[in-house]
Amino acid sequence: MATPPPTSAWERITAPLRSGPSAYSFLGLYAAVCSWLLLSNPRTGLRTDIVFVFFLLLMLFVFRARVARVFKIGLAVALLAIVLPLFGTLNPYYIDVATQAGIFVTLALGLNVVVGFAGLLDLGYVAFFAVGAYLWGIFSTSQITLINPAAMPVSPLLFYLFIPLGLLVGCLFGVLLGLPVLRLRGDYLAIVTLGFGEVIRVLANNLDKPVNITNGSQGIRDIARPPLFFASFARDTLGLKLNDNQLYQQFFYFLVLLIVLVVVVVVSRLKSSRIGRAWEAIREDETAAIAQGIPLVRMKLLAFAVGASFAGAMGVVFASKQLFINPPTFDLLRSINILSMVILGGMGSIPGVILGAVLVTLLDLQILPRISTVLREAQDAGFPIPETFDPTQYQRLLFGLLLILMMIFRPEGILPDQRHSEELHDDAPPPEAPAPAAAEPVAT
Amino acid sequence: MTLLDAKNITKSFGGLTAVNDVTLTIEPGRIVSVIGPNGAGKTTFFNILTGIYKPDQGTVMFDGKLIAGKRPDEIAALGMRRTFQNIRLFGNMTVLENVLIGMHTHLHAPFWQIIARTGGVRREEAKARERARERLRYVGLDDKREALAKNLPYGDQRRLEIARALAGEPKLILLDEPTAGMNPNETAEATQLIRRLRDELKLTVVLIEHDMRLVMAISERISVLDYGTKIAEGDAAVIRSNPRVIEAYLGKGAAGTAA
Repeated sequence: MATPPPTSAWERITAPLRSGPSAYSFLGLYAAVCSWLLLSNPRTGLRTDIVFVFFLLLMLFVFRARVARVFKIGLAVALLAIVLPLFGTLNPYYIDVATQAGIFVTLALGLNVVVGFAGLLDLGYVAFFAVGAYLWGIFSTSQITLINPAAMPVSPLLFYLFIPLGLLVGCLFGVLLGLPVLRLRGDYLAIVTLGFGEVIRVLANNLDKPVNITNGSQGIRDIARPPLFFASFARDTLGLKLNDNQLYQQFFYFLVLLIVLVVVVVVSRLKSSRIGRAWEAIREDETAAIAQGIPLVRMKLLAFAVGASFAGAMGVVFASKQLFINPPTFDLLRSINILSMVILGGMGSIPGVILGAVLVTLLDLQILPRISTVLREAQDAGFPIPETFDPTQYQRLLFGLLLILMMIFRPEGILPDQRHSEELHDDAPPPEAPAPAAAEPVAT
Repeated sequence: MTLLDAKNITKSFGGLTAVNDVTLTIEPGRIVSVIGPNGAGKTTFFNILTGIYKPDQGTVMFDGKLIAGKRPDEIAALGMRRTFQNIRLFGNMTVLENVLIGMHTHLHAPFWQIIARTGGVRREEAKARERARERLRYVGLDDKREALAKNLPYGDQRRLEIARALAGEPKLILLDEPTAGMNPNETAEATQLIRRLRDELKLTVVLIEHDMRLVMAISERISVLDYGTKIAEGDAAVIRSNPRVIEAYLGKGAAGTAA
């Protein structure tokens, strides 16, 4: 496919930064400056926040630039696997934000399979995440002894086994939910999935009696983490002076990064396969899809299972990283949050969904709280800002506004899938259709 | 030997009997038309054959297998494909992808191999693309393969729907008003294409059509439905002179003068 010609003045100005030799020097310089700024002054603050956002923005530029693949991958690896973790050893806050973003990228990519690819609106997606989290939460703590006095918490080493186990359990729950509800379409499906999400949360909240399975609203604490197998390597060989907590941060960062990579590879391969095409056909027109021999129920179940299994696996990692889980962690708002990542980034578009997830997480964890802090400092300095004004309180409001504005001005998302973009802008001239033919009448 | 044998098909919706005790037998390699006034039950009959509706009564044998009650995708996989009266392409997918979806039942790459992207999967995908392009060349759309289906002109959309149906390598293809809304030029091209399906690809074609010139020109046998009942069957000459057919189309009284 030919890329659309540059349309705006902005695109014409930035074109040299995206391709050709100037792009190499631009990206290289950008990366060097950002890395230097981060590593030379790693203190938490507004300045580092801004640099950090620019740092993540660079990843987007690297992705969009038309430069040699080796350069792209090399730069991405250098930034994500060396600079960011190194920065994390100096400042534990930002690497934690990056890890959280990675977790949500995985969830958003999983939900994107269901909503973006197959077109099935799922408002209870976080339930699968909860199932994975509670799986490891229950089995790795003394909670298991409350359920069955004879059972002992499993060895923390089994964490690695529980990630695929979380995947399987997530998959199983995906099928369990899918089987009864897949006869429903559109709004009805959305309502049932919403109900399912709530059922799981309420179960987690109330299953502390008669047998204490989930410890109810107290949540489960002291969830196990796997032993730090690389501790001596990091401390002795690399000479990093890190405590266990910091090592765990590094560990979870790399683990999440690895999972994100695997998930990206899996979903992009599925998308371009017969399965991805079948999902897309179902999203477009179920009746026509089934007439081509596509088994609707099986394909929809597959989408549910794939999406749910990512969430299940990530749930295990999340529980272990957080050390503590409780039912409110998995409420409806969380599902909607993940859905808004998918919509904001661009339904069906893998890079878009990644961007959406990073953006929303950043907004949630970093940007809005920082604005609050800055405002409070301004207040202390004597600026007339009302005492009670706190932007973190308006998070949802800002989100809502952002989503409304997106829906008005760019309904296909920030980085749309090419075809979705077509779908939502019917008035746009067809880029590839032969010009004389466009005058023919079109069927209604 | 018969390819399709629909016996005593009846289907009612509430109080309305849309198809009433219709029997249709189709030999392989024929072009057969089903005609009738609007609302005569032609499309309902197609929907029963392709499994979208289950008949209240009657049986459908296709290629020696009993298919009434099977799901549409199972029937499609057995080699019966259709087009739709109100074109149902996957509008936001490319022309090539539309045809690739038609091939779904012939692609078997298992899930795990797709994730591992094994050589087998890549070969199957490459072969499918090549075959899809053959189909597109056959209907004359190969040069538009990267366009979105919804951006095609009307006649091309009809042809693409046929190409998509062909991609499933069917034994029987059901065309629901393939020339509806076409100008005389496009109709002539479509007629040509339908003939070629049978002559070159040895397909069996069942046609629902309102364009009587087309129907009379290419069908070897015509069945006429009126109010869900089959009122006549035979070749073009028989149908043309059948008083009940004339009455169904032109009203009572016209039959006498025309005959």
